[in-house]
Amino acid sequence: MKNGSAYVSMRDITKIFGTVLATDGMNLDVEKGEIHALLGENGAGKSTLMNMLSGIYIPDSGHIFIDNQERKFSSPRDAINAGVGMIHQHFKLVDILTALENILLGQRKGFLLQKKEQEIEIRKIMEKFHLEVDLKKYVYEMSVGEKQNLEILKTLYRGARVLILDEPTAVLTPQETVVLFRIMRRMKEQGCAVIFISHKMNEVMEIADRVTVLRKGQTIDTLKKEETNPQELTELMVGRPIDLSIKRLARVTDERVLKVSNLRALNEEGIEVLKGIKFDLCAGEILGVAGIAGSGQKELCEALAGLYPIKEGEILFKGEDLAGKNPKEFISRGISMSFIPEDRLGMGLVASMDMVDNILLKQYHHTKGIFVQRKPAATKAKEIIKKLDVQTPGIDHPIKNLSGGNIQKVLLGRELDSQPELLITAYPVRGLDINTCLKIYDILNEEKKKGVAILYIAEDLDSLLGLCDRIMVISNGEITGIVDARKATKEQLGAMMLGKKEDDYAV
Amino acid sequence: MNTVLTVSFFKAAIIAGTPLLFATLGEIMTEKSGNLNLGVEGMMLMGAVVGFEVGYVTNNPLLALVTAALAGAIGALIYAFLTVSLRANQVVSGLALTIFGTGFSGFLGQGLIGLKMSEGFISNFQKIKIPGLGDIPWLGEIFFNHDILVYFGYLTAVILGLYLYNTRKGLNLRAVGENPAAADAASVRVTRYKYTHILLGGALCGLGGAYLSLVQVPVWQENITAGRGWIAVALVIFSAWNPYRAILGAYLFGGLDIIGFRLQGSGIVISQYIFDMAPYLMTIIILVIVSFKKDIKNAPPKALGEPYFREER
Amino acid sequence: MQFRLVKKPEITQRQYTVIILTAIALALLTSGLFILLLGLNPIQVYLAMLNGAFGSTYRLEQTIIVAIPLVIISLGIAVAFKMKFWNIGAEGQVIMGAFFASYLALNYQDAPKPLLLLGMLAAGFLGGGLWGLIPAFFKARWGTNETIVTLMMNYIALKWITYLQYGPWKDPNSMGFPKIPNFTANAILPNFLGVHLGWVIALILVVIMYFFMNHSKKGFEIAVLGESLNTARYAGVNIFRTILFSMFISGGICGLAGMIQASAVGNTLSVEVAGGVGYTAIITAWLGALKAPWIVLVSVLFAALVQGSSYIQSAFGISAASASLIQAMILFFVLGSDFFTKYKVVFGSEFLTRGKEARE
Repeated sequence: MKNGSAYVSMRDITKIFGTVLATDGMNLDVEKGEIHALLGENGAGKSTLMNMLSGIYIPDSGHIFIDNQERKFSSPRDAINAGVGMIHQHFKLVDILTALENILLGQRKGFLLQKKEQEIEIRKIMEKFHLEVDLKKYVYEMSVGEKQNLEILKTLYRGARVLILDEPTAVLTPQETVVLFRIMRRMKEQGCAVIFISHKMNEVMEIADRVTVLRKGQTIDTLKKEETNPQELTELMVGRPIDLSIKRLARVTDERVLKVSNLRALNEEGIEVLKGIKFDLCAGEILGVAGIAGSGQKELCEALAGLYPIKEGEILFKGEDLAGKNPKEFISRGISMSFIPEDRLGMGLVASMDMVDNILLKQYHHTKGIFVQRKPAATKAKEIIKKLDVQTPGIDHPIKNLSGGNIQKVLLGRELDSQPELLITAYPVRGLDINTCLKIYDILNEEKKKGVAILYIAEDLDSLLGLCDRIMVISNGEITGIVDARKATKEQLGAMMLGKKEDDYAV
Repeated sequence: MNTVLTVSFFKAAIIAGTPLLFATLGEIMTEKSGNLNLGVEGMMLMGAVVGFEVGYVTNNPLLALVTAALAGAIGALIYAFLTVSLRANQVVSGLALTIFGTGFSGFLGQGLIGLKMSEGFISNFQKIKIPGLGDIPWLGEIFFNHDILVYFGYLTAVILGLYLYNTRKGLNLRAVGENPAAADAASVRVTRYKYTHILLGGALCGLGGAYLSLVQVPVWQENITAGRGWIAVALVIFSAWNPYRAILGAYLFGGLDIIGFRLQGSGIVISQYIFDMAPYLMTIIILVIVSFKKDIKNAPPKALGEPYFREER
Repeated sequence: MQFRLVKKPEITQRQYTVIILTAIALALLTSGLFILLLGLNPIQVYLAMLNGAFGSTYRLEQTIIVAIPLVIISLGIAVAFKMKFWNIGAEGQVIMGAFFASYLALNYQDAPKPLLLLGMLAAGFLGGGLWGLIPAFFKARWGTNETIVTLMMNYIALKWITYLQYGPWKDPNSMGFPKIPNFTANAILPNFLGVHLGWVIALILVVIMYFFMNHSKKGFEIAVLGESLNTARYAGVNIFRTILFSMFISGGICGLAGMIQASAVGNTLSVEVAGGVGYTAIITAWLGALKAPWIVLVSVLFAALVQGSSYIQSAFGISAASASLIQAMILFFVLGSDFFTKYKVVFGSEFLTRGKEARE
């Protein structure tokens, strides 16, 4: 058995899901006191590999060594006992418990909850790593950044010396990212091994000491940061030279399609989630929406699509007020709008049904009689497969078995088929690999050329700055400004996402 | 009405509410682990018939109660194996358990119909007045002059409450029901917690059934639970998964259960059969009222009804 | 030995059938062990059950009579279950259908027979449908837990009939015995080919429901709503109306069964009119995968189980409750077997071969 002297050493790790080879004989070495980046596209096997190091998944074959000792983890408990802790992309926190209770969870010290005694110990760790967490606060009241700090604290409290952070910056503002990086450097100084999973090149170049590139389930190479550059890393990651730049087409008309004013909405608890939203959208324009997760993007999309109750305000679509109307009324009035929701399988599509029935979903209202007609839908399904290059065993195959990219193509194909004049897309490239992302940007640009007005909600500031004409920033249900995408900077957007109003933007 | 709302009525309400209390506490424990077990009725019936059979044959009350609890736990084991290990649909698995329990008690109880527990056996469940507390006017008689199992009911509720909110294991259990993935990541043994609490919950349901057949009406009759298991499931919602509130709910429904019978002698003209609808009607009304308002603190465990598989993707 | 669970890819129809049949065989085997414990020969008992269910024309007819309400009620339940509305209230909907139909039967005895019977069918549908609408309204309006509400309504329906039977509707000529007067001949479904007309009604319903669930717009909307509430809203389905409509249909079909049972089997209304068939039908609907043709098959098998059990009761002295035990056993095993259609247990040495397969 080849065995280097690295603190963490993973050798020849293979893992299979169904018939998919998620990791194929991967290798990884991480030292103490380094920040080691794992770089790769979605589906490259980054999270799978780390889930095996943290005991969530069990490798089908291969060996894991920590401190030169072979370990076999069959649960996260085993991993944490060996000093390995992971901070997941989807936080593993219990909403209805306080920060302190979440930290104490699963510990085996005594029968009663000795909150006082444990708190002292926890505070020591907070001091050591310069972490700030309000221990009495309930998780459901916390912001994303606070939750992440809590996750880190929880992991450190359990004695982790190897910390794995799975795409920790995906949900953070640029400012919060700065704070996170400070904490990561502090962990490194304290002698921890930090593994940082990412697909963002600039962040990797900023924080990492060494970078391991993964592609399609295999380890491609490990490089020192000083000895490489973004271009080389991208090529290693994608497997060929690739032009990452996003095209921005010039706008053709100034015809206004959508005018929203003073849009207000309350959530189930009666809290105002949209606080007087106001903007316009022109034909052939892509208007981006940026904001911290949960700032009201979802509610805004759904309100526009007639799926969220509106308290007051106007949504003028080509002069007709849509406020208070439901999707059925949109259909009967011939409102030509398409909505690509964030949760594709939870809202736009039915996971257990095949492509035909999913296309039928958009068509059955338009046919006469009490029966549905599946033939036209089947024809359409075949057209979409051809046009968008959907990989599927057949049109009568449940779509939940397709990959994320293909599911998105089915949804997009169906929605664009109705030739909308207004297209609302919420996070259309989330979870997709680079090629599919680029394909989707192309599709959006094509629609723009046709004169479709597009509202584009995204979390990735690079794609927003590259693709959009204007970017509207939403913070806590309020618009903090609408800026020209050609002139805006990430720092400016970040500040607006945190609530700083643009000077010339008065509501 | 004055002849109805007497000390003896309230006292009888406590007795009638005791099987409900056990079953409700059992189901709270089960649901806190994230599993909805609709087999309460079945487990109560299993406990009732096994308890009766063992009690009748051996005349040993402790043995009867222990085997009744065991019977409930065995029913719960079937359910737990199906839903936790095999990830079967929880609603249908629970219904299957109810059908099984009904068949089981019908099968075993066929030869027992109409039999009565011996006087000697019944005397084990005499009223015991608690010194001091039992002397409080009105309340003493209502709450503190009962058989031992009623007290055990109080105790179980309090212990379960302390367990859930004040111990480490209780915290872990709540996390399992809310977010099993988070609990798992925090090295809580999710499967073990689920099994343990589903089984303990089943044992309490079995005990509730045994209280019916051994103490409340010590004569065997078919389908002795008459839907009390289902009322217990509703009481869990009523009590917002809180054991302390379950006490209130169970005794309230105990009162409704006997009100028709009580009214018979009071000269009120409405038929007893109409009043017999009261507990069922009340359950519906309460469920509807509870569903008006939803808040995060009184919500059901978030992962209730969903199977957990660590490698799901 | 190291072993773990992994997700299986799609399985074929054939593999699926094998798994289900294995589950049923295992259920019968387990029940057989149980019979063995009672000191009887399970093979003999099973053969006797078959004999009791299908052994003569008369027995076959009796089995069909038991199967009729099972088929109809399962069809009704399937509508609600397809929407993931857990309607456990079929029993009560059967009872209320029977109650509505009986009201006509008892009050319009002299109406022409075809008219009266059609009226009773309509009343039965209405009674069951209205009883189904109540929990549907609560669910659609406030999200009230339908499982318990529908169940509670079974007990209320039962108490209501008890009240009628012991009170206002009690037959004055029964010499104090609490029973409701028998229907006149006009209100009793005629026989057709040896069995009452209910079987024709059941088969017509099978065809109607097959087309309704698979090819109608409403059926499609119900299926979409069952899979995802948000997708249904997104697609423009009126959630409130769809829940109410499908529960009216679901309860209405159950109510039809109530009319048939009261008219053709009981010849009057009584507390026994449903007799637990509303619960058994939950199993048959589920085992029939909520699909009309399968429901017929499973219902006939279950009817055979019931008839067979009552036969072995007299032949071997085994309680008829054994039928529900075996039913539950089958249900347990089939529920458990679903797991093996989705997951696979793999052992240590298999991992590497799987790796090779996946790479190819």
